[in-house]
Order: sequence, then C-alpha cells, then structure tokens
Amino acid sequence: MDVVSGLLQGFSVALQPINLLWCFVGVLLGTVVGVMPGLGPPATIAMLLPLTFLMNPASAIIMLAGIYYGAKYGGSTTSILLNVPGESASVATCFDGYQMARNGRAGAALGIAAIASFIAGTVGVVGIMLIAPPLARVALAFSSPEYFALMALGLAMVVLLAGRSMVKALLAMLLGLWLAGIGTDLFSQTSRFTFGRMELLSGIDFVVVAIGVFAIGEVLANMEGRAATAALPVPKGWRNLLPTWQDLKDSRFAFVNGSVVGFFIGILPGAGSTIASFISYGLEKAVSRRPEQFGHGVVEGVAAPEGANNAETGGALIPMLTLGIPGSSTTAVLLAALVLWGFKPGPLFIPENPALFWGLVASMYIGNVMLLVLNMPLVPLFAQVLRTPVHILYPVILGIAIVGVYSTSGSLFDVWLLAGFGLLGYVMRKLDYASAPLILGLVLGGPLERALRQSLMMSDGHVSILVSRPVSAVMLSLALLILLIPVFGKVNRWRLQALEK
Amino acid sequence: MKAAQADFWSGLAFAGLGSYVIFQASRWEYAGNDGPGPGFFPLWYGIVMVALSLFLVVSSVRSSDASRIDWTGARRAFATWGALVAAVALMKWTGFAAAFAALTFFIACVMYRRRLWVGAVGGVLASAAFYAIFVLALGVKLP
Repeated sequence: MDVVSGLLQGFSVALQPINLLWCFVGVLLGTVVGVMPGLGPPATIAMLLPLTFLMNPASAIIMLAGIYYGAKYGGSTTSILLNVPGESASVATCFDGYQMARNGRAGAALGIAAIASFIAGTVGVVGIMLIAPPLARVALAFSSPEYFALMALGLAMVVLLAGRSMVKALLAMLLGLWLAGIGTDLFSQTSRFTFGRMELLSGIDFVVVAIGVFAIGEVLANMEGRAATAALPVPKGWRNLLPTWQDLKDSRFAFVNGSVVGFFIGILPGAGSTIASFISYGLEKAVSRRPEQFGHGVVEGVAAPEGANNAETGGALIPMLTLGIPGSSTTAVLLAALVLWGFKPGPLFIPENPALFWGLVASMYIGNVMLLVLNMPLVPLFAQVLRTPVHILYPVILGIAIVGVYSTSGSLFDVWLLAGFGLLGYVMRKLDYASAPLILGLVLGGPLERALRQSLMMSDGHVSILVSRPVSAVMLSLALLILLIPVFGKVNRWRLQALEK
Repeated sequence: MKAAQADFWSGLAFAGLGSYVIFQASRWEYAGNDGPGPGFFPLWYGIVMVALSLFLVVSSVRSSDASRIDWTGARRAFATWGALVAAVALMKWTGFAAAFAALTFFIACVMYRRRLWVGAVGGVLASAAFYAIFVLALGVKLP
C-alpha cells in the first residue's frame, strides 16, 4: 500500500466522529498533564490503560497517543510561567521562556512554543509516514538472533543515557528483567520466582509496575515539599498571545532545527525528548548571531527545544511500531497497551493492521491542529490547572492508580503490589536509579529471553549464531561498545558532561 | 546519608537479589533436548547482577564522593506511603469509598494542615466523584 492510499484510509478512520472525540480527549488530557508538574505522560497513560479495554483499539491508541504528544505542548506552559518544567523535556524551555515571561513577553513565548510544537509535531508525523513502512519491510528479514541483538542494543542505549552511573542503570534494567521473568515459563511450564503465590503464576502485570513506579512514585516525591510556587500572569486577549512577525523571522531556523534534530533523536532508543530539546537548544545557540543573549529571553531559545521535544514523539513511535522496540518509558507503556489489546508491534504490524497504523498517523495530523487551536487561545485556562489544590490532586491521582490496577485484575493483591512498586519508584529516585531501564527491562524481558532461547534452539545451543550473522554481529558489537564506554575515560567524561548539561 | 553509603546499601540489596536469582535458577533445568531450559536466562542475568552489585559496593567503599542525599522531605513521603498502605488494608473491610475518603482526609488535614472540615468534605466529595465516574458512568468495579 503506498503512502497516499494509506493516508486516505487513515483519515477515513481518524475522521470518524468517535475517533475525533477520543483524539480531542487525548490531546486535552495530554495538555493538562503537561501543565501539571509531577504527573508525566507515562504515568497518565499507564493509569488510563485499564479503562481503554472498554474501547475499540483504534480509538484507544488515538487517545493514548494524543496524551503523549499533547503533554509535550502543555509542558511549555509551566516552564514559561513558573520556571518549573511540567516534564523533563521542557527544562530547556525554561531558560529563555521564563526570562521572556519576566520581561513581560509571556504571551509571545507561549505563542511561539505552540507554533514550534505544531510545525515540529507535523514534521514528526510526516517522518513516521515516510520512514515506518520501509523500515518495517527491512525488519521482515530479521530472525530471532537479529531480534535479540536489536533488543540488546536498545537496552544498551537506554542504559547509556539513563543517568550518571551506567552500573546503576544496568542494575535497574536487570531488576526489570527479573520482574518480567516472574510467572510461568511458556517453554517448559515451570513456575519461576512465584514465592508459592497463585496470583504470581501469570506474572506481574505491566500496568501495576508502571503505575506504581511512575504515578505513585511521583506523588510520593512531590509530597516531600509543601510549598507552592507562584505563576507569572498570562496576558489576556488573543492578540497578546501572538508572536510578532520579527519573532517568527528570528525563529525560522529554530523551527527546522527543532523538527529535524528532535525527529532523528527520537528514533534512537534511550535518547528521548529531554536530550533532543537540549541538543536542539545547544545547536541553536551555536549557530546564532546573538549567542550571548541566550538565557536572557530570546525567542528562538524557546522555539528550538519546544520543536525538538514535539518532533521526538514521531521519531520515537517508529521503532516501537515497526520493530516492537520502545525507546522510552512512554513508548514502553504504549507498546504494552498494543500487546494487551492483542496486537503484536513489529515488522508485520503495519501490513496486518493498516487501518490502525494509518488511523494513528492521520489522527496525529488532526491532533496537532487541535492542539494549536486549543493552546493559543486557551493557555490562560490551562494555566488555571496550576491552581488545583494539591491536597485534593494527590489523593485523586492515588485513587485513579488504585482503580486502574484493580479494574485490570479485580484483585486486591495487585493493589498491594502497586503500593510496593510505588515505594520502589520513590526509593529509586532518591538513590539516583533511573526508572526507564527498569520499565524497558520489564517490557523487553520476555521477548529478549524468547529470542535468545529460540536463537539457541536454531543453532543446537551454539552461541556463535549470535555473532555469525552480520546484522546481529554488528548490533551486538555496538551494544558491547556502548556498555564498555565507562572503561574509556575520555568518552565517559564526555558522556557525563553531556548528561550534566 | 552520603550518596556513597546509599550505593553501598543498595548494592548489597541487589547482591542479595542476584544471589537469590542464581540459587533459584540453579534448581531449574539449564539446557534440555529442546534447547535452553527455564534456568538458563535467569542464571546468567543473576550472575551479572551479583557482579555489578559487588562492583557498586566496592566502588562505593573506595569512593571519595562527599555528596549527600537530601532526606529532609522523605518523612512526609513515607508517611503518605504508610497512609496509602493503611487505606489498601482498610479496603478489604470497608470497601474503596470509605478507605479513599480516609486517605484524602489524612493527606489534606495531616500532610497539608488544612482545616478538618476541608479534609472531611474533600474526602466525601472525592469518593462520591469516583463512585459516579467509575461505577455509575463507566461500569468499573471498585475494591
């Protein structure tokens, strides 16, 4: 199926009234989530996942993806008005966005953030449309050894960029692999690590771990402080939210830079929108004719990171949909959602589910337009979300988490596990263990073990099959090189400096 | 607590978990006629886990890093977690609505020092909203 007919089919799905409604709900929820500091897209998607079992899969994925890219739009609001990023990807927006707001240009900053997000978000969708189908065709030639190598490479990339200590990131990933191994082994029907509990025979539900680590962990971390931060006022009136012609002219390279950098970094597993936004900001500063003004409120300092942050979404969906390899916590949750609905993300996903894939792509075009329309005039309204009293907000998040988990299994045992994983998520934060490797280890643990065992069955137990095939040999060599980076002092110092920045 | 101390204790915890994984995996078949058995994969990642955690323990002992982990707000976080656990325990006897109202009351009145009536009204209204949205509108079962 070529791109045009695929896209036409996609619009016929996305323009159905029910899907338009869920797309709107998704982007609206996403914007609200993005505005609220401390509640990120993975937590929200994980919490809402059980409720989507009542919906048809096309509507459900359209809504969940809407939350994902909608949160990127909303994240800029708190960065600009509060100097508090709604999520880590919006940190770079604080540098110039908050300064613009302090200089009385909050409206222009919010407006340019929305326009950059729209342009880059659209570029990201075009990228998915053009790159995902051919990549899926290439991946059709992959067998178990290549899949094992690809997952190993993906996990290595995530470990590389997860934090200062690669050892701690690896340990978090191994914890995820162990959690994935709890339950009945499908090859031999042996029960593993079940502690004699019947409830663990079918394994630990991904939703329980994701909601616990992200949602409960975040609430506990936010509960540490009692003080609230005052937001700068949003200018009233439509005209005050529009950037000037000069602002648009100053930002034209930033739009392109953010879109391209964000999209390609999004494709890399582990890099994520935070790194994309910082690289794009750094690049913009490096080529600017006024680098000394960066950090004091220049408009392109808002446009570049906001664009990168949004284009990354499109890039990140490509390996998830075509290879079944998520590169971030949010795409890991989306991957788990597809699996729970009975789909198998991978090379056959697009040919077997064209309506779902193209429907999602088309909905992202529509969702980006909805977000632009919503965000420009309604920013003052979204800013009101920041006034929600936290003594009501946090119990509500805890309540949604409990209901979300209980509705999946109907078991209080899972709610106990949820509380346990919440504490784990909080302690991991305090001890500087990244949660992304844990979640990716959990999601990829099962497929990784399956691919390894199938590879060894193919070769009668010879491990050499993993390195005798060129594609898997190259990918495993890359994974090994990445994991050996701490040994190379200079390269590791560069990695640490990059992460610090 | 120093960051190095935290690494030491968390490394020991991971070493314990890794040892348990190796012990369990060694009781399952490593390889059979059909290929690797259920013990194959866990045994290897258990070994890697123990090796890495021991590396973390040793490097934390030798570390000169004097940075500290800020635990000042942790008491509030642990108190909230304790309240969550108590609410989950309560759910078995009272059901979701009463336990959730109590949790909301605790967070509002104890953690955020709001007036008692604010916590009580907030708890009741939040429980009622959950019942209306999840049970009546969406048909979801609550504990």
